[in-house]
Amino acid sequence: MEIVVASSVAVLTAGGVYLILRLRTFPVILGLALLSYAVNIFLFASGRLATGLPPVLLRYGDASYTDPLPQALVLTAIVISFGMTAVLVIVALGAFLESGTDRIDIAPPKGDADPRESHR
Amino acid sequence: MNHWIIAPVILPALLAPLIAFIMRHDLTLARTTSLAGAVGIVAIAVGLTVASADGETQVYYLGNWPAPFGIVLVLDRLSALMVVLTSVLALIVLVHAVVTGWDARGRHFHALFQFQIMGICGAFLTGDIFNLFVFFEVLLIASYGLMIHGGGRERMQAGVQYIVMNLAGSTLFLFALGVLYASTGTLNIADLALRLREIPIEDASLVRVAAMLLMIVFALKAALFPLQFWLPGTYANAPAPVAALFAIMTKVGAYAIIRVHTLAFGPDIAATGPLAATWLFPGAIVTIVIGAFGVLGARALLPLIAFSVLGSMGTLMVAVASFTPEATLAALYYLVHSTFAGAALFLVADLLLSRRKDQTLIPLPATVQNGLFAGLFFAAAIGMAGMPPLSGFLGKLLILDALRDPGQMPWAWGAVLGGSLVTIVGFARAGSALFWKSTSIPVADPTGSDRGPATPVRAASALEIAPTLTALAVLAGLSVFAGPVASYLTQASEQVFDRDGYIGAVLGTAAEDQP
Repeated sequence: MEIVVASSVAVLTAGGVYLILRLRTFPVILGLALLSYAVNIFLFASGRLATGLPPVLLRYGDASYTDPLPQALVLTAIVISFGMTAVLVIVALGAFLESGTDRIDIAPPKGDADPRESHR
Repeated sequence: MNHWIIAPVILPALLAPLIAFIMRHDLTLARTTSLAGAVGIVAIAVGLTVASADGETQVYYLGNWPAPFGIVLVLDRLSALMVVLTSVLALIVLVHAVVTGWDARGRHFHALFQFQIMGICGAFLTGDIFNLFVFFEVLLIASYGLMIHGGGRERMQAGVQYIVMNLAGSTLFLFALGVLYASTGTLNIADLALRLREIPIEDASLVRVAAMLLMIVFALKAALFPLQFWLPGTYANAPAPVAALFAIMTKVGAYAIIRVHTLAFGPDIAATGPLAATWLFPGAIVTIVIGAFGVLGARALLPLIAFSVLGSMGTLMVAVASFTPEATLAALYYLVHSTFAGAALFLVADLLLSRRKDQTLIPLPATVQNGLFAGLFFAAAIGMAGMPPLSGFLGKLLILDALRDPGQMPWAWGAVLGGSLVTIVGFARAGSALFWKSTSIPVADPTGSDRGPATPVRAASALEIAPTLTALAVLAGLSVFAGPVASYLTQASEQVFDRDGYIGAVLGTAAEDQP
């Protein structure tokens, strides 16, 4: 199981990083989604992998249990990354409709044209 | 257990939904509520500072769970100081946004503003790294909304860059937390510090990875080289009052580095050693250089101010990077100063640009109240550049005085002094283009190429200038009362380095006595 979890984290991360480097909004959004899946699986695995064990200590049963904290962390992280992705989709859509381009560059592609319009 | 500790988080968290859902069609009511909330948080923050002044680290156990298992909020002198700083800055910025009408240019300004305050205060108060992540996300998601408040092509594009950059940072933060939890089994900062001390150095490679990942994330928030690229574009394109509020957001990164990297990954802990300082110091030096030359090279006012904020973050982090109580005292003094100096500059720029219609640094006919704006800009600029009599001078002096280690002194002194000089030149050039040369151009001159149709330019009322003056008065007050402030900050930085006191307060016997 370890090899499956580890390689899925690796593949998702690699795909996510590749897509983020495309510098266009749609691939970047997909890339960030892949990265957040990768980090969720990674967080989930950070409490050791165990099969068929309850996340709480049973009073009379087997003393072994799986760590519940990473599951709580993953739950929070999923909600947050989901909300963030939704915000990014909306803002990216707004930026695309305003400017007609979907590029995400550090400097605007037209070079350092006049910065006059930028204030309000 | 002092229940007021959680009030700076709870109060805005309650006000924001109220404003968003009940008062969204009534701007006057939203303004009143938001301002009242901001005043309330200032009062609470001052009360917390008084409560923490005796040096006792107070801990708030959420749900009364004992510390390593439940979530804790920790109030010591440093976090009380940061909360006061946030609340006062927020009040100043909020008044400015209300009297200049910025809050009416888009929807939900006040709700987002309250959420932003909640996230920042929470990040300063929390004693748990995962909670720090959650509060980071709260303040970031509010800042996304504020950043694109008012809309416009460039602002939306800069907003997308800002969001993408921060989402990548958040993912990195989670990876760091995963590594940390896998290798230590805890996310409570005090518990983490305790366990990291016991990890032998040969088993500590994962912990070192986590420490560096965390430092990368915090450096991204603090806009430190090589992760500074987002700041100029974001700050220059954000609405000016929002950019003034963002002056505290870079400090969240600086605070997180001070807190986590002194307490848990300190230089004298075998597992990590001087790892953080080794990378932080050159990054800060390069940041100062980039900021200074950005100020010199900027061709518009808001990018110029954004680069000066970048330079001040570099100066701040140079002091943080040495991780000694003396340097931390200097860093904290400069942190308070640079927050208000950056905010004052953005507020002056907003007052000016709402009357000038063009932010490029070329002479245009003088606006109304040219002398007044020139004076305000001059005061804010000498504050930012670090000239006497304002507190930037004392802050830089303290930083230089604390960095006397022969290995770092030539670099730090050279960068701070040279950076200040270049910044002064940049500000002088900008000021002369904006204010001085303007007076020689007749008003009817059509040289300003694409100015809009001639609208009557309104003179700034006393109320509009008051927030800027308050920010400048804080700078003046910081230098007049430098003695008392410095003695408070000395105690605060000593408390930061008193690791056993912090760990004992959070995990110690006090926790077990709780009912």
